[in-house]
Amino acid sequence: MVENRPFLTVITHAVLVLGVIMIALPIWITFVAASHDELRMTQAPIPMLPGGHFWENFTRTLFGSGLAGNEITPVWRMLLNSLVMAFSIAAGKIVISLLSAFAIVYFKFPFRMGFFWMIFLTLMLPVEVRILPTFEVVANLGLLNSYWGLSVPLIASATATFMFRQVFLTIPDEMLESARIDGAGPLRFFWDILIPLSRTNIAALFVILFIYGWNQYLWPLLITTDSDMTTIVVSIKQMLEAAEQSPQWNIIMMTAMLAMLPPILVVIAMQKLFVQGLTETDK
Amino acid sequence: MANIKLDKLTKSYGDTEVLHHIDGQIEHGEFIVIVGPSGCGKSTLLRMVAGLETVTTGEVSIGDKMINDLEPADRDIAMVFQNYALYPHMSVEQNMAYGLKIRKLPKAEIKRRVEEAADILEIRDYLKRKPRQLSGGQRQRVAMGRAIVRDPQVFLFDEPLSNLDAKLRVQMRLEIRKLQRRLGVTSIYVTHDQVEAMTLGDRLMVLNGGYVEQFGTPIEVYEKPASIFVAGFIGSPSMNFVSATAANGVLTLSNGTTLATNTTAAGAVTVGIRPEHLFPNKDGVLKIEVDLPEKLGATTLVHGRISGAETAFTASLNGINAASTADVLSFDAPPEFLHIFDAETGKRIS
Repeated sequence: MVENRPFLTVITHAVLVLGVIMIALPIWITFVAASHDELRMTQAPIPMLPGGHFWENFTRTLFGSGLAGNEITPVWRMLLNSLVMAFSIAAGKIVISLLSAFAIVYFKFPFRMGFFWMIFLTLMLPVEVRILPTFEVVANLGLLNSYWGLSVPLIASATATFMFRQVFLTIPDEMLESARIDGAGPLRFFWDILIPLSRTNIAALFVILFIYGWNQYLWPLLITTDSDMTTIVVSIKQMLEAAEQSPQWNIIMMTAMLAMLPPILVVIAMQKLFVQGLTETDK
Repeated sequence: MANIKLDKLTKSYGDTEVLHHIDGQIEHGEFIVIVGPSGCGKSTLLRMVAGLETVTTGEVSIGDKMINDLEPADRDIAMVFQNYALYPHMSVEQNMAYGLKIRKLPKAEIKRRVEEAADILEIRDYLKRKPRQLSGGQRQRVAMGRAIVRDPQVFLFDEPLSNLDAKLRVQMRLEIRKLQRRLGVTSIYVTHDQVEAMTLGDRLMVLNGGYVEQFGTPIEVYEKPASIFVAGFIGSPSMNFVSATAANGVLTLSNGTTLATNTTAAGAVTVGIRPEHLFPNKDGVLKIEVDLPEKLGATTLVHGRISGAETAFTASLNGINAASTADVLSFDAPPEFLHIFDAETGKRIS
């Protein structure tokens, strides 16, 4: 519906501008806070314009000891931990779901649908529900404070399996038959035909899963006791509770900004494929 | 030599047998068309030759070698699918080269074959394009190119023209025929379109309900249909049928009209006569009451009923005919053009 009424246009724009402000203001305050020194951040009112300490805060947060007087891991290390964890979770989930969807759609084996529903049922068992047994298993395997421990328990994914199953079902049977006549075995078909055809879906899923992995809080908090292995999301919260000090907002806000950065980069880099993956239906 | 032999082939899904004892001998270089209505099992039969469906009982052989248990890739066949089944993410060139690449042919050889096939099909300009950038006819050519580069012993076509518009279909039909003649590759072609079947095939296998009704040249099938089903299915507009009683070389229709015949059959029969074999003659014995004339330009189709009976009848007349509804036209029905079928079994008597 296209209407040309100036009054409506003004209203629409006002609503949109309001929305942008609501979303952008916290980020702006984060940025402003990250560019002042420690002292200024303890005084009221809080500043609304950037100060001159941005690069100083930046290097201190990223490479230095972070919070003054605390022997805390530099933030680059936490960024790395988060990155490894988010990436392993996203990549692991995609690989496993692709394989299980491949098996369920293209192979006839006994209890095929049984297995499918079993995978589906795990939707009802997110980490929070099975946290005690999972912790026990991970601890017994000696995976506490390791990248394996951070990522493996979060890798199994019913949603992704289900999604890839749907994608594979839209690929015409003739594609498989044609490949069979061409002499492609199952793995070759998987690699040469299925993966390229699900490329956009893989990208879309990667974005979603990367952010899911990046935002994990409870599980990393539980299994990392060594500060070298903490993820950035966990450590922001810990910085707020720094013992017997007022919170150093400039450093905390800088950390928060750095924590926002990688998901944003992933979204920007994959935006085109992401949208294609969610909207494209033509195979 | 790529002769194909089908020996008592049957196919069952669970307890339901869908193909019954299919026999057939196809010579090297022959173009066989399997034709029949939808659901008659023609695609299933083709897919059994391709190896995409398992054979329940019986044997398929190519070049005197039994291939029942071979993988499709090992049967030395190439197949063109109805929806072409091109790989959407590969260029035309990659699509054509894919099978050869898997077979690990040398790069130079693959390139030579792809270019040769592209020249034959005149698709050289599109080699770098993706399938979605091509029109239906071009995709069809690529699908055939993919079959040609394989240099197989047998081509299998599964209704390859049904996704094209009418004009393109006629053009591609001719091209497929010329191409097959030129390459001399044994081919099996499945279609439900009897015009395609008549024009393309060296021989037709008419299938109905999982049985072979007739297996012969197009002219044989047209002139001497083996059953009522074949007679009605092949030929357009389709054959007229009327019940009659035969005795002493005379056929008596239900309204009392008598027709001379060469047959020695006696008793209840079904008489078939093609619309184009009804010759207008004002003294003709066969009287038809016109319901609806269809003027097509070159011919006029007169749809009507035999006077005194309710049997629907169609006659095809040359040129534009002035007949109008409720007119009664008279026709000759010469004995050599009458097809006599057993009223009970539907099989041809003479």
